Amino acid sequence: MIAILKRETNAYFDTPLGYVFLAVYYLFAGFFFFHYNLYGNSTDMRSLFSILFTVTLFLIPILTMRLMSEDRRTRTDQLLMMAPVSTLSIVMGKMLAAVIVYLTALCITLVQAAVLSTFAAVEWSVIIGHFLGLLLMGMALIAVGLFISALTENQIIAAIGGFCVGFFLMLLDSLAGMISNSVLAGFVSDLSFQTHYQNFTLGIFDFSDVLFYVSVSALFVFFTCCAFEKRRIA
Amino acid sequence: MIEVRHLTKQYGAKTALNDVSFSVPRGQVLGLLGLNGAGKSTTMNIIAGCLAATSGTVTIDGVDIVKDPLAAKKKIGYLPEIPPLYVDMKVEDFLSFVYELKGLRGDKRGALGQVCEKAGVTNVRGRIIKNLSKGYRQRVGLAAAMLGEPAVLILDEPTVGLDPTQIIEIRSLIEQVGREHTVILSSHILSEIQAVCERVIVLNEGRLVADDTPENLENAIQSKNSCVALIEGEPEQVLAALERAPSVESTERLGLSEPGVWEYRIRGKEDADIRRDVFNVLSEAHLPLLGTRSAHVTLEDVFLRLVGAQTETAGEEAAQE
Repeated sequence: MIAILKRETNAYFDTPLGYVFLAVYYLFAGFFFFHYNLYGNSTDMRSLFSILFTVTLFLIPILTMRLMSEDRRTRTDQLLMMAPVSTLSIVMGKMLAAVIVYLTALCITLVQAAVLSTFAAVEWSVIIGHFLGLLLMGMALIAVGLFISALTENQIIAAIGGFCVGFFLMLLDSLAGMISNSVLAGFVSDLSFQTHYQNFTLGIFDFSDVLFYVSVSALFVFFTCCAFEKRRIA
Repeated sequence: MIEVRHLTKQYGAKTALNDVSFSVPRGQVLGLLGLNGAGKSTTMNIIAGCLAATSGTVTIDGVDIVKDPLAAKKKIGYLPEIPPLYVDMKVEDFLSFVYELKGLRGDKRGALGQVCEKAGVTNVRGRIIKNLSKGYRQRVGLAAAMLGEPAVLILDEPTVGLDPTQIIEIRSLIEQVGREHTVILSSHILSEIQAVCERVIVLNEGRLVADDTPENLENAIQSKNSCVALIEGEPEQVLAALERAPSVESTERLGLSEPGVWEYRIRGKEDADIRRDVFNVLSEAHLPLLGTRSAHVTLEDVFLRLVGAQTETAGEEAAQE
């Protein structure tokens, strides 16, 4: 697993992909930091984090699009299949590589908070809550993106699929509002990534939210393993 | 070393492999021969654990590839038809990755140096794989397969796309490797199999049609005292004249060699020398004999014969062998 993790992380920076992802993420984070905090004279980073939620939703597919599909296209999946490693460690290696790059992007918010703290006191508990929420949410999204990437050998399709899922997850909340059946509406809003993220933005650390994101990640890692194994059977 | 039992693989309705069984003892170089789509790559993929069989078992050194894949895969080095290379990586980095992927421990630099030397990629170690020629990519794939000195090497058409010098180098490398390792090699180039393999398995449409040494396969269909002759004249006259020769058993017209001159394959009866008889009957009929050459049966002939004449009986005979 470590070998795959190392290779995949390096692969992000052997190609422009990793740099582009980081640059775009830093650009958005930087712009909204300037807009809300520096220009707005505020140490409240809540608005920044809610915007970053949307940014993450749309940038994660770029990170995950080639993870599995590229291997399939170039037949390098054979190298992984013939190696004495389990499918789970292959998938986990790839997933963690994406998580590391994402974490690198996310760390910019900590730098920003540190910058703010030199001007005035910041609410570190809220910032850490946000940070964890965004990290967990990103992890779940990476797992979903990884699964979509395992279904196709075309990176573009994997990316578009990822965007669609991201967009759909955003729409879930408004969809829930339109459902008259309260049980069904509750179920749909429980599936929403935003609902579970909201608690973090309020500074509430609810274990069920953590559990939600971790379960989604685990479920899609499992699905990805199945999709990868299916290639062996077909 | 390798035991393949009743292997069957179906892709939907298509049967890619049909009840194939064979075993390979330690240190043998086995050639898998067959046309494109005969099931060579499928067989190799299953042995290497990259593909699951519909039914049947594969054991490497007594370890079942399905029941204990990790232990079995440690014993195998596999070079698929298209070498699986991360082309954005440098050769050195790629091999280092494969070394770690295989879970190898110990002197990494030494091991890398050794396989690079063996596969002849030492001079391109610092280069990015996508900038390498096909021949070098093939060698990098081979180097990766050889890392960790696996007991079994499976090479799927290892010389495709190489230039003649490289082919000779790879062949001598395979021969060298074959002394210590069990090697399974596939090819549709028969001379290659003839050059390096001690044993040949012929596959056709997913069935095993022959399993023998290259020499035995040749002898099996080589008729004694046959020759190919260039004779000028009307084919009917020539065939009629040849029929009169007492030692000739059969004649067969092969093709037009130059205007008015045809090539014939002439087979003699057992242990009879046909040359004098042929000369005599032809000169009596005033049909000039322009040349003869001995009809050496090559693996090509064997192969085409086996594949062409493949019937249920051929399959059964091979199974009995």
